[in-house]
This record gives sequence, C-alpha cells and structure tokens, in this order.
Amino acid sequence: MSLLSNILRFLSGDAQADRVVPPTGFTARLTVFASAAMAFLAVFALAFSLATGRLADRWGDALAKSATIRISAPADQMDAQLLAVTEILATTPGVKEARPLGENEQRALLEPWFGPDLPLDRLPIPRLVEVIEDDEGFDADGLRARLAGEAPGAILDDHARWREPLVKAATRLRSLGFVAIVLITTLAGVVITLAASAALSANEQVIRVLRLIGARDSYIAHAFVRRYTLRAFGGAAVGTILGALALFMLPSAGAEGGFLTGLGLQGWQWLWPLVIPPFAALVAFLATRQAALTTLQEKR
Amino acid sequence: MIELEQVAYGYGTGTLLSDVTMSLAQGSFHFLTGPSGAGKTTLMKLCYGELVAEQGSVALFGQNVREMQRDDVAEMRRRIGVVHQDCQFLDHLSLAENIMLPLTVSGRSLHDPSELQELLAWVGLQQQANAKPPELSGGERQRAALARAVIMSPDVILADEPTGNVDWDMSVRLLQLLVELNRMGKTVMIATHDMNLIRSAKSQVQARVLRISNHQVTAAGANL
Repeated sequence: MSLLSNILRFLSGDAQADRVVPPTGFTARLTVFASAAMAFLAVFALAFSLATGRLADRWGDALAKSATIRISAPADQMDAQLLAVTEILATTPGVKEARPLGENEQRALLEPWFGPDLPLDRLPIPRLVEVIEDDEGFDADGLRARLAGEAPGAILDDHARWREPLVKAATRLRSLGFVAIVLITTLAGVVITLAASAALSANEQVIRVLRLIGARDSYIAHAFVRRYTLRAFGGAAVGTILGALALFMLPSAGAEGGFLTGLGLQGWQWLWPLVIPPFAALVAFLATRQAALTTLQEKR
Repeated sequence: MIELEQVAYGYGTGTLLSDVTMSLAQGSFHFLTGPSGAGKTTLMKLCYGELVAEQGSVALFGQNVREMQRDDVAEMRRRIGVVHQDCQFLDHLSLAENIMLPLTVSGRSLHDPSELQELLAWVGLQQQANAKPPELSGGERQRAALARAVIMSPDVILADEPTGNVDWDMSVRLLQLLVELNRMGKTVMIATHDMNLIRSAKSQVQARVLRISNHQVTAAGANL
C-alpha cells in the first residue's frame, strides 16, 4: 500500500517542483531518443526471441513425432511391398498413423526441383509412407528389422540424422534471442544512465542554485528523476508503438516464408511489448536517481 | 548566530584564510572588505556552509557545520539569505518564480499572494515580475537576488559584492534596502571592496568593518 501510494505520488508529481528543471535541451531530446530507439530495438529482440522459441519447438516437435519410409522396388513389386509395409505399420506399437503419399503429393514435393510437368509414372520414383508416432513412440530398430524381413525395399528414415543438428541450431537461436534481449536491456540501461548523467552535468548550475537556497537532496533528485523517468517512458512508448507497427507491417511470406513468416508476434504475445515502456521507465528511474544522488554528494 | 573559531582554508597548497576568529551577533551589520582575491567570497561561503573549514570550526545558529547532515545544511540555508555576486538565477523561470524559489523548494507558500507584490515593490521590480533573468539589467538582477534572499524571512543576510556590477545610484539603493533589513532585526554582512559604499553607510547604520589582510580578518572600524 505504501509502495503504491509512493508510486501514485511520484506520478502525480508537484507542478512547482517540476518547473525547476529546465524543460528542454539536448539532454531531454537525448533521453527521449535513446529510450525510443532502445524500445524499438527491444520490440524486435522480443519478437526474435519469441520466434526462435517457436521455431525450436516446431522443429523439435514436428520432426520428433514423424518418420518416413521410402520404398524402392521394381515396378511389379511396388504394390506388394507397399501393402506389406502398411500391414507392418498397422501392427507396430507406437505408430499413430501411417499414410502412403499420393501421386499428387509426391509431385508437389518434387516440383520445386523438376518443374510442374514431371512424368512420375515413367520415372523410377520411390514410394513414400508418412509415419506419425503417438506419444509413446515406436521402436525404430525393431521396425527396421521387420521391414528388412518382409519388405526388403523399404528403408525407415526416422529423421534422427538431421533432426538433431536442427534442434541444436534452434536451441542456439533461442539462446541468441535471449542474449539479444539481455544485451538490449543492458544497453538501454547504459544509454539512459549516460543521458541522465549528461542531463545532470548540463544542469549543474540549477542543482547548485537549488542547494544554495535550501533545497534538500531528495527534492532535487525527485525533480530530476521524475522528469527523466517520464521522458524515458514517453520515448519508450513511441519506440514500442513504432516497433510493433513495423512488425505488424512485415510482408507476409506465406507458407514458404519459413522463419520470416514467424518473426512477428502471435496472439497474446502482442501483449509483451507493453512491458517495455514501464521497464524503460524503471531503468530511467534507477539510473537517474543514482546519477542524481552521486552528483549531489559532490556538492555541499 | 555565525561564529568562526580559528578557521583556516586554502585552495591547493596555498593558504587563503588562516586563524580566522569572528562572530556575527544577532541584529549586527558588518562589512567585509579587502583586496580582490583576499578571500572575501571564500569567507562568505564558509559562513553559509558551502565550504567546510579545513581547520577550526564554523558554527551556524549554534551548530557546527562540519557535523551537520546534508538535510541540516539545507535547513540552515533557509535561515540565511545569500545575495551572490553573480546572482545565480534559473534562467528558464520568471523573475517572480525565481524570487519565490526558496519557498517552492521548502514546500511553503506566501500567507498572502499580495506579499510578493509588496516585495517586488520594495525592490522596485513590479513591472519585471514576468521577465526572465537574462532580460534584466545588472541592477535589477541584484535587487531581485536580494528579494529572493529575504523571501524566507531569514535571520541572516549575506551579500557578496552586491554592488559590484551596478552604478553608484543603484549601489546606494541596494545599501538602503540592506540597512532597512538590519533595522528589522536581521543580521547583515556585505562583502565589498568599495570603500565609498562603506563610508556612505556610516550615517545610516552602526556597522562594523572586517578587513581580510594577510589571510587574517581584523576589525577596521577605526579606518571607516
């Protein structure tokens, strides 16, 4: 309750006390600009971090629960081997769903490399069976052994070979996103602290006059801290809005866009940027307060 | 009210003031004189706690400056009105706001808003109430500084070269204002190197003259 009343008193301010700090100057513009720029970058760091998180989850989950069986056999044996594979899969524990890809689906997979007029029926293209695991998963070695005995042209690819480096890469990306947020937050703190220190240096004469006419340290510090906290909040709010607008206006890359499509925020994640302006204000509050008290201690 | 006991102060390795012992009694009027660079401003700063003596002690209203907490120093300054040589205004505030500043920072206000008009009239600045400090002449700034120094009704007025940048007529006017304050019971000390000003005060007030010479303060009443 006491904290809340302190915050409310801080926000409501004192019109007279506010007047003692010069209203403009390069340090005021510097604080606003620095906060806006840091908030703008923070929105992208946030979006980057969330996107890498989603990407890591998507790669990990999707690839972990799927496998492919590739059947390479002479044309006259293809149907028999496909039937054998389907029957094996139907009786394999851990297989949730197994489905041979249709001709059109295989054509779609190959189209990016061979063009739209691919004569599938005249090419020795292997048949593909998509296997979806249930939560328990299947025994890959056991399945391979059964396939080798009953459908010798069938090869199980459980994606382990290339899923592992992808998941590792996605995890690294997620870490990078987190590092980006930490770096930008730290940088925001440094820049706002520098701006606050510059503001206090530029207003050294004001501080001296106030001390000489009987102002207490808390009064002087409060006047500067409130001014620069509100400036940081305002600048960060503008930067956040611009950053969010920029994200919103990112061109849609469609289903083929991969990572770029996922860079924006989704659903409730749009609430995350709302944290940035209060956080910038908190950083400014702490930085200016520390700088003000340090500056004041140097004066009698 | 202000007592200095064997005070010494210097800048770097040089000694500016040495073994200074003096006191300002309630209701007294002092001139502090001496050549430029003798240490008049330094002594004034010691008297309102902007500087702390390297040796000896300075007591303001019975309290040793060295032992004061920072909030105590602020509180003490509300009882001492200082007219600085360079006035020290906040240029973004109007003259009236600057004069009211000591009240503002102490969270107080005038009992009656007309008191400000009376104060402005006393220093002859009614017309300049809304002007910004850079728009004022040297004499107007000095009178405004005096108004700001007295708005808290302090016990002591310290004026550091208040007539340094004004003509003779304005010097006499400022001196009259300070004498009026002394007659109201305020303790006044004026630092000046203008001996004509000191002589002109002789007929108006019983003033004591302190001279800084060879780092020490001596009474110079006989030379007035």
